[in-house]
Amino acid sequence: MQRGGNGLRSAFAVMLFVLLAWRPAGAQAPAGGAVTIVYLALAQHRSYPETYLDQPAADEGIQGARLAIADDNTTGRFTGQNFRLQEAIAPDEAGVIAAFQAALAAGQRDFVTDLPAPLLLRVADLGQAAGATLIDATDTDDSLRGADCRRDVLHVLPSRAMLADALMQYLVVKNWRHIMLVTGKTAGDALYAQAIRTAAHKFLVSIVADKPWTFNPAAQQADTGHFEVNTEVAKLTEGYNYDVLVVADEADDFGDELSYRGFTPRPVAGTQGLTPTAWSRVYDEIASTQLQARFLHQAKRWMSDRDYGAWLAVRAFGEAATRSASTDAAAIAAYLHSPAFTLAGYKGPPLSFRPWDGQLRQPVLLVDTRSLVSVSPQPGFLHQFYETDTLGVDQPESTCHMH
Amino acid sequence: MPHALILLRRLALIALLLGLGTRLARAEMILVSNEKDNTITVLDAASLKVIKTVPVGARPRGIVLSNDGKKLYICTSDADHIEVLDLKTLTVTQTLPSNPDPELFALSPDGKTLYISNENDSMVSVLDIPASHIETEIPTGVEPEGMAVSPDGKTIVNTSETTSMAHFIDAATHKMVASVLVGSRPRFAAFNKDGSLVWVSSEVGGSVAVIDVASHKVLHTITFAIPGVPKEAIQAVGIALSADGRYAFIALGPANRVAVVDAKTYAVEKYLLVGQRVWHMAFSPDQKTLYTVNGISNDMSVIDVPDLKVTKSVPVGQLPWGVVVAP
Repeated sequence: MQRGGNGLRSAFAVMLFVLLAWRPAGAQAPAGGAVTIVYLALAQHRSYPETYLDQPAADEGIQGARLAIADDNTTGRFTGQNFRLQEAIAPDEAGVIAAFQAALAAGQRDFVTDLPAPLLLRVADLGQAAGATLIDATDTDDSLRGADCRRDVLHVLPSRAMLADALMQYLVVKNWRHIMLVTGKTAGDALYAQAIRTAAHKFLVSIVADKPWTFNPAAQQADTGHFEVNTEVAKLTEGYNYDVLVVADEADDFGDELSYRGFTPRPVAGTQGLTPTAWSRVYDEIASTQLQARFLHQAKRWMSDRDYGAWLAVRAFGEAATRSASTDAAAIAAYLHSPAFTLAGYKGPPLSFRPWDGQLRQPVLLVDTRSLVSVSPQPGFLHQFYETDTLGVDQPESTCHMH
Repeated sequence: MPHALILLRRLALIALLLGLGTRLARAEMILVSNEKDNTITVLDAASLKVIKTVPVGARPRGIVLSNDGKKLYICTSDADHIEVLDLKTLTVTQTLPSNPDPELFALSPDGKTLYISNENDSMVSVLDIPASHIETEIPTGVEPEGMAVSPDGKTIVNTSETTSMAHFIDAATHKMVASVLVGSRPRFAAFNKDGSLVWVSSEVGGSVAVIDVASHKVLHTITFAIPGVPKEAIQAVGIALSADGRYAFIALGPANRVAVVDAKTYAVEKYLLVGQRVWHMAFSPDQKTLYTVNGISNDMSVIDVPDLKVTKSVPVGQLPWGVVVAP
């Protein structure tokens, strides 16, 4: 036991030595130096009451950041740049603010955040004077891209408006133009439903019924609860003629219980059923198999959309440092905001930030739990500059006034 | 008499069939790897008819012809090895080691070594073909893909997609001598005939870098603009350089077009509309025809090179990836 441990340790030491000593001869080092990226997160216990089978992992998000820092460093090996991830995950708001201030005081300016919208805004306002750049890895909130936008805050996951537009384009292509909307009780559900209403209006999809879900979410867990749920869904949907039942249930309280239980046999879409998302384990096109495999190998679980957001955010800093040949925070920020910046996100087209609201433009996946159904923008939805700008809030409609 | 006549007819028929058979076996063949249905489609170049669809290992992608033209080496990526297709019998007769996830490879000019991109573990594997043995592994960038060997066999170029670099490797020492930053997600590398330049395509960058081999500097970056096609859809993938040094053909992926580039001035002369998600290309031995394989429309487009016109499309397998012409 003891001997084995020593052997392992010395083998590890040799490996470490090799890693440290090995510097590829091909490395051109015009832009040496180090970049520290701070991963600032509020630790939240998230759980899905309904799909308890697939609970969110405790390390969701940070695993994506860890993979991206390894990817950044592989490039850095050849350019002489070194990337370091500093994990600052605090259990409460005060802890997050303190960690942010400590990092600023230590000279850090590149932050990837996993924070709820109000806390993100507090952090952004504190960091603004110091010239910090925040890449929001996990929020989908439209107000952060609209009235509450900040020049130094970029967003990598699709906003709720983009998700809703992605779904509506698909419904239009299928000619399923009548929907029923069912909305849960949380604030997020209300915002998701609002995004669906706006998108339906934009793409001429009519909402034949718009109902709240008021049924007690604990009921289905009682013995024979499935009878009650079945009756409830049938009652709710009776009397409406629609093509698709769209559900707004971000917390997974009830959305999975709508399928097969309605008065008429209609598919479910939205937060459950056919779901618009940035990333999913079912996605294996455009070389994404490689990212899925690398992530699975590292984290021993599938990559979620939040992991993907964190991966994109850390890669964005890395790409900006590589392309600007600089490790200086101001130069990196300038490059991130410049039209030259593009990121390869395994979605086909290059991804770039919309200058008017800091949103990363990107295709949106439409998936169910086992397969990729489609990718929006759908063919035929055209745009003057970027087809991906048919998703979400375009420049003329933007309420973001950064300056 | 009638019996003799029938016999004579039969003999003639058999002779004809035999003759055809040998002619077919010797005729020019087009070989296409189909990534999704795990097959190689074999077509007769003269008639463009499918001769045989050969089942191979999982996810065949990169394919290359042996120097004597008698074998096809196939990267069966998900089977984690290389398969050897005998072109006389059209059956897989041998497998060679490759290390995990071989995607694309290049053959040394002497035909004895394959340099293989192992996409999932950031390595280039060096395979000694006669010994069926991996000589060494060379660490490279994340998601290595494009591979090319200089005409003198002394320099290997490997592109890494996530690292966005073209890595120059000394073939004798297996040491990396330079890494050149190019556009995002470099897919393919090709040396020109005299080995002075390397052309590297970038899928997400939508551009092609022409790199000077001696100085390792990017001499020129070619970009593309097609009226009516969004910039996002222009993704450079396959490269085919004509032997006379006149043209470079660049496959533009989801733009469904092949760009015709003047190989001396780097000016784009024309865009040829082909099938959907055009990936890799191959010339006929006389250089008069260029074949492109189109991943989404599951077909192959035939380009008349002197006329610069697309003349035909031919259905092949599911998600065709690579194409090679065997003389």
